[in-house]
Amino acid sequence: MAKVTEVLFEPIFKNNPIALQILGICSALAVTGKMDTVIAMSLALVFVNSLSNLSVSLIRKHVPTNIRIIVQMTIIASLVIIVDQALKAYAYDISRRLSVYVGLIITNCIVMGRAEAFAMKNGPVLSFFDGLGNALGYALILVSVGTFREILGTGKFLGYNILTPTTEGGWYVTNGLLVLPPSAFFLIGFFIWALRTWKKDQIEEDN
Amino acid sequence: MANETIGKTITVAVLLCFVCSVLVSTAAVKLRPRQERNKALFTKTNILKAGGLLEEGKSIDALFENIEVKYVNLETGEYDDSVDPATYDAREAVTKPDLSRAIPAEDDIANIKRMVKTAEVYLVNKDGELETIIIPVYGKGLWSTMYAFLAIEKDGNTVKGYSFYDHGETPGLGGEIDNPVWQAKWEGKKLFNQEGALSITVLKGEVNKDRPEAIHQVDGLAGATLTNNGVRNLMHFWLGDNGFGKYLRKFRNQGVDNG
Repeated sequence: MAKVTEVLFEPIFKNNPIALQILGICSALAVTGKMDTVIAMSLALVFVNSLSNLSVSLIRKHVPTNIRIIVQMTIIASLVIIVDQALKAYAYDISRRLSVYVGLIITNCIVMGRAEAFAMKNGPVLSFFDGLGNALGYALILVSVGTFREILGTGKFLGYNILTPTTEGGWYVTNGLLVLPPSAFFLIGFFIWALRTWKKDQIEEDN
Repeated sequence: MANETIGKTITVAVLLCFVCSVLVSTAAVKLRPRQERNKALFTKTNILKAGGLLEEGKSIDALFENIEVKYVNLETGEYDDSVDPATYDAREAVTKPDLSRAIPAEDDIANIKRMVKTAEVYLVNKDGELETIIIPVYGKGLWSTMYAFLAIEKDGNTVKGYSFYDHGETPGLGGEIDNPVWQAKWEGKKLFNQEGALSITVLKGEVNKDRPEAIHQVDGLAGATLTNNGVRNLMHFWLGDNGFGKYLRKFRNQGVDNG
């Protein structure tokens, strides 16, 4: 059991896929403008990453080495298509705003990376929790970036007015930069700074 | 059997593809009806929004029953009853050579290249009398094609509502075209002046309400000049003679009232 907790919680702060490994940045920039898309995207990644790790791990002993990447891709792509179809059917508005980014989970390095680096070498239960943990680490960054971007960029949180913007008769002049994807670079940078101030062993050494 | 033989490789690949394709196609087929309903509901919601007909707590389908869908031949401005609403999709028709035509470059102010010959209009009737005409309009903004429904009162001149529902403009700047506060600024504006010339425009900055032409002017969105120009151009295209101009003239000939 100790191992399960380790693979589940380690990727959240100690070995965060975005903050330490700097993977999955593309979607972290694109979908963090509003919290509802952040939540949908995080759930999608939790689903895809844990199930892809589980399935890859289940068949890992039968996968010929020279086609293993294609095998992993096929599994991941199928899961992503299922998520995309489900979103279109049950959360049409969110799926419209996420546009291509759900489909792009297929190329998300976190999912591929965990399948190749962990699930190919470990049992199904551990692999499942490793996938879940990494997806939660990804979700943590998305949620923190999304919180700042939505509140400061539009004055709202989950669509509810927190700081009433001037365009709706309030006092808050919305910060245009935070609505745009590049602002997520700054926020992720601040997050990494804070994390490395807290956990000094994550600071990279000069050669 | 060892993992690295050709036989095993092919077996694994075939089995995996089979399992995955079954899963993916099941999801796609099972969810299709729901997805299509969502799509139709989305269009209906936006038509109702433009017409100011959305009501809390009432189903979209029930509200949409008051709306009559008709098709207009844009060249003549007359209704075309030969179109079957069940099969005709204007967004698809625009790609088909027999249902659409290329727009000559000098006329193409909305920058859309091709247009349908027959476009749908949504008529809102109240107690058997026509109240609102809702037309679909679209055109290029800064980054994207912006799609909207424009609701016009039965005089063919007064804007009743405007609803952009699909675009990829800069969030926070041009993307504010979907902000209901800005869309509300269109309400009551007149499209044509006393002489019947198309006069509606989007200003850079705020409208001076004391000027007589304010009735044709809408505040521009701050920091979004090219989106504003796009909105003005698409209005001029679709309300002009290439668009719904001839069709709307029939309503206006019953008397333009700028009172």
